[in-house]
Parts: sequence; structure tokens; C-alpha cells
Amino acid sequence: MKRIESGNVAAALGVKLAKTQVVAAYPITPQTPLTEKLSELIEAGELEAEYITVESEHSALAVCIGAASAGARAFTATSANGLLYMSEQVHWAAGARLPLVMCVVNRGVGAPWTVWNDHQDSISQRDAGWIQIYVNDHQEIIDTVIKAFRLAETVSIPVMVCYDGYYLSHTHMPFDVPDENKVDTFLPAYSYKHTLNPESPENLNTVTMPFARPDRDGVNKPGYMDIRHNLQQELRTSIPVFEEIDTAYKAIFGRGGSPILSAYKCEGADFIVAAMGSLSNRIKDIVDELNLEGLKIGVLSVHLYRPFPQAQIIAALQDAKGVIVIEKALSYGNQGALFGDIKAALYPCIKRPFAHSYIIGLGGREIKKADLYDAIKESCTTSETFEDTSRWIGLNR
Amino acid sequence: MDDKKCIIMTSNSKSGPGDAGRTGSWRVERPVIDLKKCTPAKRQKASCYLCWLYCPDGVISKELEPQINLEYCKGCGICAQECPTSAIEMVEETRLIEEERKINEKN
Amino acid sequence: MNKQVTNPVNLTAEEFMHPGNRACSGCGLSTLYRIGLKALGRDSIFVVPPSCLTVMQGLYPIAATQIPCLNVTFASTAAAASGVRAALKVRKKENTKVVAWAGDGGTSDIGIQSLSAAIERGEDFLYICYDNEAYMNTGVQRSGTTPQGTITTNTPIKGKIQKNKDLPKIIAAHNPTYVATCSAAYPLDFYNKIIKAISLKGMKYIHIHTPCPSGWGIAERLSITVGKMAVNAGLYDLYEVENGKKTLSGPSSKLLQKKELPRVAEYLKIQSRFRALSEQQIAEIQAEIDTKWEGYRQEVG
Repeated sequence: MKRIESGNVAAALGVKLAKTQVVAAYPITPQTPLTEKLSELIEAGELEAEYITVESEHSALAVCIGAASAGARAFTATSANGLLYMSEQVHWAAGARLPLVMCVVNRGVGAPWTVWNDHQDSISQRDAGWIQIYVNDHQEIIDTVIKAFRLAETVSIPVMVCYDGYYLSHTHMPFDVPDENKVDTFLPAYSYKHTLNPESPENLNTVTMPFARPDRDGVNKPGYMDIRHNLQQELRTSIPVFEEIDTAYKAIFGRGGSPILSAYKCEGADFIVAAMGSLSNRIKDIVDELNLEGLKIGVLSVHLYRPFPQAQIIAALQDAKGVIVIEKALSYGNQGALFGDIKAALYPCIKRPFAHSYIIGLGGREIKKADLYDAIKESCTTSETFEDTSRWIGLNR
Repeated sequence: MDDKKCIIMTSNSKSGPGDAGRTGSWRVERPVIDLKKCTPAKRQKASCYLCWLYCPDGVISKELEPQINLEYCKGCGICAQECPTSAIEMVEETRLIEEERKINEKN
Repeated sequence: MNKQVTNPVNLTAEEFMHPGNRACSGCGLSTLYRIGLKALGRDSIFVVPPSCLTVMQGLYPIAATQIPCLNVTFASTAAAASGVRAALKVRKKENTKVVAWAGDGGTSDIGIQSLSAAIERGEDFLYICYDNEAYMNTGVQRSGTTPQGTITTNTPIKGKIQKNKDLPKIIAAHNPTYVATCSAAYPLDFYNKIIKAISLKGMKYIHIHTPCPSGWGIAERLSITVGKMAVNAGLYDLYEVENGKKTLSGPSSKLLQKKELPRVAEYLKIQSRFRALSEQQIAEIQAEIDTKWEGYRQEVG
């Protein structure tokens, strides 16, 4: 069924179709319309779930951690400082291997206060052990939320679905709402390996030693580092799992096919612009113009940012002359976050493309088509002689 | 879910005694019960059991002649302190160990 | 009134806590926990933040408890317990008891925000705070409930300057279903109050004065004795609050008949943590107790 709604409503409808059982959230702009919609769906009886109106984001994720540990499918959503405030819990949920789904409606972080969009909030949490998926439009939001639950529950790792505040959260676009019965066949009932159960009691997330230690039967059990290594390994495993889940989704709903990266005019391109989120879609227009001018250039949209799809990145970029990374976040004191990751991925390649980095649109700074055009064109023509730090586009405006 | 691709390693502890080892080795003094003074032993009737109630480690049995599990008793002495008939005495472990050694040598 | 009087003879001999755990010798929490589990039984789920209980319940992979437990971050106890309760509700397992069990730092300081919110929401679980009057697990630092004048490792010479917060009173001001105070020295009173709490729907809060030999500077054998002294001197009162009404209960209610209570100096002077208190300060503490009990006696007439 087609609907024209905001990105936040698309996310809420995905959460509803996933038959989420516990929702906990604390209001923060631009996430609020998503959680307001969920309150409405739950109060109206359209979604049978418990909605816990917590006093903070730290508690929002705590409720989800409690609920998921006790056997219920749980969801929360936040933005910016809300995500930072729950950061301790973000790390905890990954270490506890809880299959949660959280939407991060991307917004810049304070100080100074900004309510506008960039990616610094979720990028700052990239090392927490969650799966991070960046989506580009309303259809991807609703589809990805549904897929995210299956992914999280298959690998028992929490998933962040990240989408741009305002650009996606508050704009209205048409999208198809998947059929409920079909979603039911796609998404099995919630399960978690270590569910709290008085009939087989376990003490979860206990203090764990630096070394392996025998259990009551004398069998050695892993130490902290082994448990963390397993998280890393299974994050890597989740890349092909996500591809399989996307294939299964496509078989039922007819949409998908590029869950990790999506390439636009990249076939045989000399230059490839890499970006995340709705920005990728805007760059398509520039690329179309440059192609008309005779440049062979494409756009690579990175959806799966954590675990970082190194093999897929190499395959997509190694034959290009140059890679231009344009992003809305950075590792302060170093360079663009995606840029650093892409360069590291390309290091083993014998013939490496040059790589340029641009930072754009922080705190909602207007992203002008002309700026994008000039920057990309300059990179395509000046190639190797670019200094190894990120250039900032649109300063002093 | 649909496959077993992941081990899902977590810290999930299972119930069992002796997490801290044989905590009896922490003991400096050992509680010794004088059954002639102990109320349930003397009366041969379930009664008192304050030592059992207060014992932080649950190592005293609730029997007519209460037994102390010396493998785990940490030797805090709460039982001796709270016993209303002063039936429990805290005796230095070194003295008891020495006495036990002498008995063993004789045998 | 429940006519069955709980005593050591009729209290179940079944143990839900294993010996050989990491609690210090003479730990007041250990006795409480042991007896508390007897009242709660197996159909319970615990939620525990960092505290001595975390350590006592065992290091991976051995659990010193036979009750399922979720260890959570320091500030999130009451929120995580709300999540467990919500999951049990949607799974139609509403009879399973949810029990949050935290220390005084975890409750009065870092955990108070999520606890306050859980009470305001009218969550249905039991929150137990064992108050040993400092951060014992990290090595005896002052907390919000540490009494004025107490020597701790971060008030090492002069003792804590400030007065403690009256946490049960703060909780009671939220009007939860049930508030009670207990002492580790009176485990049967604790047992009875748990039995009462779990029979009620909604948010229940039990606060327990819990002697800690190493943190308080007393001999291990004295942890029950010193707890009784605090109650009998009228310093730490055992009471219940229901429907906004506070009633002295258990051993404290019996003190109402006494004309004079033992002097608090006796309690203070056997603990090395109070060594910085001057005679003047001790007299002030005594005067506060006298005024408080004068008020109690007037209330009951």
C-alpha cells in the first residue's frame, strides 16, 4: 500500500509491522514525530506493545536492555545528545549481545547547541559494537527497520538504523508499506539466547576475568577478551547474513539488492564519490551533470558502515582513478570518518585510487549544489596533488 | 532464528558454590559449638536457630545438633556473638590445626 | 493481621545463595540477601547495578545465586527493571517478581533519577536498597547517605562535612505503594516486609541499614550487634509508609514504650569510622534523636 508520509512515520510503521513489544523513548528533536507516532499506534491499539515513557535516553535504552533480556522485542529512537547520553548503554547492549533496534535520526551534537542535521551523533558511536546502517530515503527507512529486526535477532547484535534529521525525518515522500502478513512470514518471533528465566537461572553480564575460568563442571569459560573477540567475529559474520536477509526480503517484497553499498553509474567510472545517507542522492544530480560533460563518474552510497564492508569497498573502488569522500562527520583532530575507513580499506590494493576528503553540512549548514559541483570537479581535475586532510565545504556562509 | 551462524558469547553465569574457592581458608578463628549449651541440642527440639538465621554465608545447618560447614565458613564469629546461651566459642585455627596434627601423628 | 509469626524455626531451610561466595567475612548484606531470597523465592528476576552484590553474586562463569539476574549499568537499575517488567507483561508472565537490588550510592546518588521516574510511572516491582552508608565496593568513599562526620577514603581526616540525605523519605514523597525501612540486624522483620511488599501491586521500596565491618571499622562478629544498637538507640528507625502514613514497625515500635533509649554514643564509639566526631557532635546527634522520639511519642499519645 502506497502512502505519503514523513520519514519518521515510515520508521514508526516499520516498528509496528515488526510487532515490536516494548518501546521506550525520551523526546528529542528531530526524533519526536517517530516516537509520537508510536505512542499513538499503541494507545489506539494498532500495536500491542508496552510504551515506557522514560525520563532520559540512558533509561530508554536501559528499558530496552531489560526487556530484550527478558524475552521481548524492543525498540528505541533518539538523536544527537540523546544518543551521547545513552552511550554507556549503547556499549552495554552490544557487549550483552542484545538484538535491539534503534533509529538514530541524525543531528549535530552540542556544544554549541544545534538542532540541525549532520552525522556526528551516530558516527561518534561507531566503535560501540553495533551494526550501523545509513539509509537514503523513506522507502529504505521502512524496509530497513523491518530487516534490521531480523538481522539483529539472527546475529544477536543490536542495529542502529540511521537517517538524516529533517532531510528525511520531516519531509513527506511516497513509499510502499509492506503487507503485514508478508512481514510476519519474513520476521519470525523474537528470540534471545540468554533470556532471563527463573526455570533456568543465569546471572547475566557478570564481572568477567581477564583470563578463562572453569565453570562449576570444570569446563573452561571465556575471559573478557574472548567474549569481545567473539563480538568482533560475529560482527564480520553479519555482513553476509545481512546480504542473505536482504535477498529474502527482495524475494517477498521485490525491493532491495544493495544492502551494503549501492552504486550509481560506477560501472567503468574513473571517479567515484562516496557518501552516506540522503547526501548520496543529492550527489547523483551532480554526477549526472558531470557525465554529460564527459567525465566518467559515479556515486557509491555506503549503507552498512559498521561492520565496515572492506571487501565490498575494495571491489567497488579499486579500479577507479580517484575516490572523493564527502561526509557530514569527522574524527576530530584527524579526518573524515568514512574517508579514513575507505583509505584503510584500500591500503592492501596494489593499484590504489587517489582519495580526497570533504566535510560538508555540519549543524545543518546549507549544502549548495554549486559547492558540490565545484569540489567534485576540482578533485577530478587536480587528482593526486591534494593534501591529506579533509577540506571543508561551505565555510563562512 | 533461521541458522546457527553465531555462538553469541556472553557472560552468563550458572549457579554453583565456591565462586571464591574454599572460603574456609579465610578463617582465623573457628566456631566450635558446645552441644551441652546449645538450645536445640540440649532440648532435642527444633528451637532457637539464631546462629543459622544470622550466618551471612548460610554454612550452619538447621538441625537439632547444628553443624558448621568448615569448607566455606569464613569465621566471622557472628554466630558466637549472637548465641543467646554462649554455646559457640571462637577458637584460634592455628591452635586447632596444631592439635589435629598431634592427634594424626599419634594415630 | 497475619497471625503466622515468622521465626528461625519455621523459616524455610532451603537456601538460594551458595556458600563460598566473595562477600567479606561478617558482611551484613550477605545475611540480608540470604534471608531476602527465602522471602522472594525462585520465581523472581533480579536487576543489579555495580555494588558489593555484583561481586557477591559471583564472577563469570559461577553464580553464587540461584535466581536469574540481569547486571546493569550503575544509573539504570530502575529503568532496566521497568524493561524486565514490561517484557514479562507482554509475555503474560506477570506473577514473576521483578526485584531491583542496589546499594546506597547506586540508589541515592547515581540511580536516583531512573528510580524517581519509575516510581512516578507506577511501575510494578520491588526496589531494595541496602544502605551501608558509603561506596564500599570501590573502597569506602562517601555517598549521599553517609552520615555527617564519617571518616571515608575521600573524607579521610575531618569526616564528611554534610548531613546525609533521608532517602526513604525522598522515596515516600513520591507516594509509591509501599515504603519500609529495615535493618540487617533484624532479618525476620526484613523477611516479613518483603512478604508484604510482594503481595502488593505497584512500586515497593525497602531501605535497609546494613552494617559493613570493613567500611565501618568494627570487628566482623559485631555486624549484627552494631545494627541492633543503631535501632535500639533510636538512630535508625524501622517503619512502613502506606497511603502516606508512616508507622513505626518491628523492633522500633517497641521502643515507644521505653522512657529512655540507650545512648547513641555507645553505637558511635565502637566504630572507627566515627573517630573524628567530637563530644559536641555526639551530643548534637543525641539531641536530634531525643527530639525525634519525643515527636513519635506525642504522635501516638
